[in-house]
Amino acid sequence: MHIPDGFLATPVWAALDALAAPAVGYAARRAQRGFEHARTPLLGVMGAFVFAAQMINFPIGAGTTGHLVGGALLAVTLGPASAAIVMTAILAVQALVFQDGGVLALGANVVNMALVGVLAGYLPYLLWGATRWRRFSIFAAGALSVLVSAVLALSELLISGVPMSRAMIEISLALFAISAVLEGAITLAVLESLERIQPRLVRQPFPRRSPAFGVIAVAAVLLASVGVLFASQAPDTIQQLTHQTAAESSGWFTKSAAGLGGLALIYGACLLLSRVAGRNRSV
Amino acid sequence: MTPLVEVRGLRFRYEDGTAALNGVHFRLYPGETVALLGPNGSGKTTFVLHLNGLLSGEGAVEVCGLPVNPANLANIRRKIGMVFQDSDNQLFMPTVLEDVAFGLLNVGLDRASAVSRAQAALETVGMERSASRAPYHLSAGEKKRVAVAGIVAMEPEVLILDEPTANLDPPGQRSLVELIAHLPQAKILVTHDIPFALALCQRAVFFNGGVIAAEGAVEDIVARFEWGFTAERSKSPGG
Amino acid sequence: MHHRILERWSRGTSPIHGLDPRAKIAALLVFLIVLATAHRSLALLSAGLFLLLAGGVFRARLPLWAVIERAALVLPFSLVFAIISWAAGDPARGLSLLAKSYLSALAVLLVVATTPLPSLLSGLEQAGVPRFLLLVGQFLYRYLFVIVEEAQCMRAAAAARAGSARAWLAGTARFGAAAGALAVLFARSYGRAEHIHRAMLARGFQGNFQKLERNSFRMSDAGFALTASLAVVALRLAAERLAW
Repeated sequence: MHIPDGFLATPVWAALDALAAPAVGYAARRAQRGFEHARTPLLGVMGAFVFAAQMINFPIGAGTTGHLVGGALLAVTLGPASAAIVMTAILAVQALVFQDGGVLALGANVVNMALVGVLAGYLPYLLWGATRWRRFSIFAAGALSVLVSAVLALSELLISGVPMSRAMIEISLALFAISAVLEGAITLAVLESLERIQPRLVRQPFPRRSPAFGVIAVAAVLLASVGVLFASQAPDTIQQLTHQTAAESSGWFTKSAAGLGGLALIYGACLLLSRVAGRNRSV
Repeated sequence: MTPLVEVRGLRFRYEDGTAALNGVHFRLYPGETVALLGPNGSGKTTFVLHLNGLLSGEGAVEVCGLPVNPANLANIRRKIGMVFQDSDNQLFMPTVLEDVAFGLLNVGLDRASAVSRAQAALETVGMERSASRAPYHLSAGEKKRVAVAGIVAMEPEVLILDEPTANLDPPGQRSLVELIAHLPQAKILVTHDIPFALALCQRAVFFNGGVIAAEGAVEDIVARFEWGFTAERSKSPGG
Repeated sequence: MHHRILERWSRGTSPIHGLDPRAKIAALLVFLIVLATAHRSLALLSAGLFLLLAGGVFRARLPLWAVIERAALVLPFSLVFAIISWAAGDPARGLSLLAKSYLSALAVLLVVATTPLPSLLSGLEQAGVPRFLLLVGQFLYRYLFVIVEEAQCMRAAAAARAGSARAWLAGTARFGAAAGALAVLFARSYGRAEHIHRAMLARGFQGNFQKLERNSFRMSDAGFALTASLAVVALRLAAERLAW
């Protein structure tokens, strides 16, 4: 679900842009570490792969088909930092070239799918990938990444005041659950065939940790996003806030100055944070 | 005459343990064009990847008198230009001109001289009018020409072409033969295309099982290993 | 295909094409933010902004109708939410979602369709986007259709095989076949990336992508960014005043 521009309230997209910029800078630095420059073509081509993968249809019964989203698959094969960069590049190309997802909303989409989605899709594999629960962990990775991304996107829309009836939300959640199960199944099936033909392409997870820690961590990710969803059921505060600030500063000069000042501030903050967090070696 | 390329006793194993080269001896002299023939998997491509240090095995490899080792790599990659089999993998920049200039900028040319040399190289291959196009808009033959331009622009002393005629239509193959024949460098052609080898090469070496099984004139090698493709039309019974 | 048209458009010559990409990016951001933060008299503002963008398309000598049509790619998604809003008893909200998302997409399209990829990338880099990310995006775009073509071949091959499969088995068998095809596509893409890297090394790549182009920000670029931004802000103020 790629959120276009015009859907999110200003505090929501601005905050998520400000969050995404340094996080992506950090991921970019991590992704390059230790791989020298072979990483650039690899991540680009794998991004193209994810695009192309959407053309391969998986039957899910009743004549309908679904396709791979890819966050978890990339996290398990390339590592979470690289997967985040690939997903970010995909979202940017979709927003710029295919008019799919907004430019101001890019931060939101990146947080949902490239950052939280990828991390949620790596967590189960990191925790249980080396245990006898390996197959389950891969399934859970795929399912969790899609579920968390979708719930986050829905929450952001609700917080922004996009009106939705309770029934609508319940239907959406049911659809999310179906796509999550599908993504889990596809991720597992693809990884198992990949391990048969090219085992070196699948990363081995770190040695095991205590299972209790794993349960808590996964529960935390789930709760975090479901919690956001419930919080967003009462969106009035933010809405009021936006309307008030818009109404109060009525002079045109103050308003445009505030607008441009805000723009400069956000831009400066993004620039600064991404520079500090992602002090890139030049590529 | 000192050879441009000299290889003595080259051995190489892949990570999974498969032996790919089992003691290859090879020389290339200035002005020569040599065909590398042999079955798939006989080690031809693995062999040429050693000449510019993309793979390294045991044995001695020297290019223009320099041993191929990490210290000399930058120099050697200027002296040996390699046109890979799949042009798509070689043309990775957004425009044709940028792609041809890629190697020139890597060896430290400034922008202006890189652009003028890239344009000259595009003229050599007859693609100067496509400079600002994106590589994926080109036909297979045009892509191959641009890939050659990217190598020629570096003014190497040796050209390696891996299956240059694969995926080209007959007119594309003919014009590529013409183009390659006019390039002054010594050349190594890895190919299954016998008419192509006959048209361009003075000499052929035949790879088999990771060693050079024989070398000689192209006609002799082709005859000896029955390496040509002769399709005899089956005659109708009683005809 | 989409990207071909976009690329042909971006290589045109017009005053808009000739601007420094940074000027266009700055004006775009102002446009998007002014639109995103607008809450009152949206109908009037939308009409004004649409005319402004149409003027830009005209000035860029792009086919107006084709550009308008292409920006409509965003509409199906917005339409769903417009209907949901309508059903929830807030039709004005639905219309605002449609107008805002469409105009934003149109503005983005106008910039992308008048800026060739290399200068767009260098403009974004000069605007502070991490270079590594831009290079990954550049490779993604370059190999997008190479790999999509491979996927199409695989789909055709899978379809040819699926014809003979038994109906009751078809579901699970096709699921497995699709997974196998994706795994092969994955491995091939990975291998292709290794070959590309090899080809880069063979041409002396040492870790630095050197750039051929360098944008120069002139007074006229600053003038454009300022005028365009002021026009957008003025439109919004006028719309809000007129409505009151």
